[in-house]
Amino acid sequence: MRTFGTPEFLFIVYALRWTLTLTVIAFVGGGLMGILLALLRIARSRALRGLTTFYMQLVQGLPLLVLLFLCYYAPSLFGVEIAALTAAAIALTVNSSAFLGAIWESALRAIPRAQWESADALALTPWKTLRFVIAPQAIRLAMPSTVGFLVQIIKQTSLASIIGFIEITRAGQLVSNATFEPLKAFLSVAALYFAVCFPLTQLSLWLERRTARRGART
Amino acid sequence: MSVVVAKNIRKSFGALQVLKGVSLTVEGGEVVALIGRSGSGKSTFLRCLNGLESIDDGEIEVAGHRMSRKPAELRQLRRDVGIVFQSYNLFPHLTAGENIMLAPVQVKGLPRQAAREEARRCLSLVGLGDRFDAYPDMLSGGQQQRVAIARSLAMQPKVLLFDEVTSALDPELTGEVLAVIENLARGGMTMILVTHEMGFARRVANKTIFMKDGIIHEEGPSAEFFSAPKTPELQAFLRSEVG
Ligand SMILES: Nc1ncnc2c1ncn2[C@@H]1O[C@H](COP(=O)(O)OP(=O)(O)OP(=O)(O)O)[C@@H](O)[C@H]1O
Ligand SMILES: [Mg+2]
Repeated sequence: MRTFGTPEFLFIVYALRWTLTLTVIAFVGGGLMGILLALLRIARSRALRGLTTFYMQLVQGLPLLVLLFLCYYAPSLFGVEIAALTAAAIALTVNSSAFLGAIWESALRAIPRAQWESADALALTPWKTLRFVIAPQAIRLAMPSTVGFLVQIIKQTSLASIIGFIEITRAGQLVSNATFEPLKAFLSVAALYFAVCFPLTQLSLWLERRTARRGART
Repeated sequence: MSVVVAKNIRKSFGALQVLKGVSLTVEGGEVVALIGRSGSGKSTFLRCLNGLESIDDGEIEVAGHRMSRKPAELRQLRRDVGIVFQSYNLFPHLTAGENIMLAPVQVKGLPRQAAREEARRCLSLVGLGDRFDAYPDMLSGGQQQRVAIARSLAMQPKVLLFDEVTSALDPELTGEVLAVIENLARGGMTMILVTHEMGFARRVANKTIFMKDGIIHEEGPSAEFFSAPKTPELQAFLRSEVG
């Protein structure tokens, strides 16, 4: 039997890159899809808005774990084996897209109609209005919640351990099983999550204070 | 040549008929004041002139463009029509200068350097030559409104629409904005102003129009309009406005 030492700790630390990889995929992929969803939600077409709402509500109404199982096991119905990383990446991306889409939609809606109107009156096209007038303001507004959701994604990647993907939670489990020192193993895991999340939480708070200050000035 | 021709404009919001056949012609260089009680349809009429509201019936031609529902044609019309709102509506994330440069660069395709110079020129015209880099929330209401006027001017519009642009301002600040508008009038700018400033309308506008319940109730050259109002309704309105 092994004891919990530096190699075991390093094993968990190395798994951090998989936690971060999953996070980046989910944030970037979910972010791109989220932008699309947010734009569709404010589109003129009722049908597009309706479809988008349906997708977002469906995803938001599913426990992430269930989504993860679906992504992992559904392909095998068609005789396709799917890697745990792929399944986790898809599930987390889909999940993030719905939540980021909702965050950004509400930021876009928070920009007063008068801003659209002024830009219209200056003969800007809707796209240029979005790009130069609405989006910059909406992005600033959505920054704190976006960073806040990034922290959620980091923690959500731990669910991928259940389908056997070796990110830090799974690595902690493996070390715990091998050493029978679960406390040390999971304290290490916790410390790593904290080290990554804490600066981001601080950033989110700082952004929020900055937004509030700006709001107070106008 | 007439810069603005509106014939028999009708407009309803749901069951509420707000404009019941309004006609107006404005010649180049003319200043027209639009007065009337709250809810009489002044803003709605003004917003119809640059297509911010669509009309149910009637014809509009502004600066040689027929009013259209097609976005591209509507944008052609709007390039030649400036509008200034009561609440300024500057873009808060852009400096005064950038607010002014945006449309010339993005709509007219002006090179940034030329747009910057044009923006400086327009800011000087409204007496804010030194505030190019100020963000809107660092400016007073009167200054913001003057930046908004400069923003419209930078598109070199053929007609400017003003919707109660001093109603949100303190009396001292009102004066500085009115002075800018008066200057534009002297420079020959064609303008339609919705206003509660009766003295200003009388002094600056060539023609004043009294709107009531969605129609033009009385109109005339400003001098006669204010000194010898014909209808009892206008007489009553002017009495109530003077206080
Ligand atoms: N978008 C809208 N939807 C529904 N009703 C509207 C809309 N805009 C204006 N109205 C109504 O139309 C009527 C005329 O409004 P309008 O703003 O043109 O009046 P106004 O003469 O400019 O008044 P004020 O002096 O208060 O600005 C009002 O009864 C108003 O409530
Ligand atoms: Mg009004």
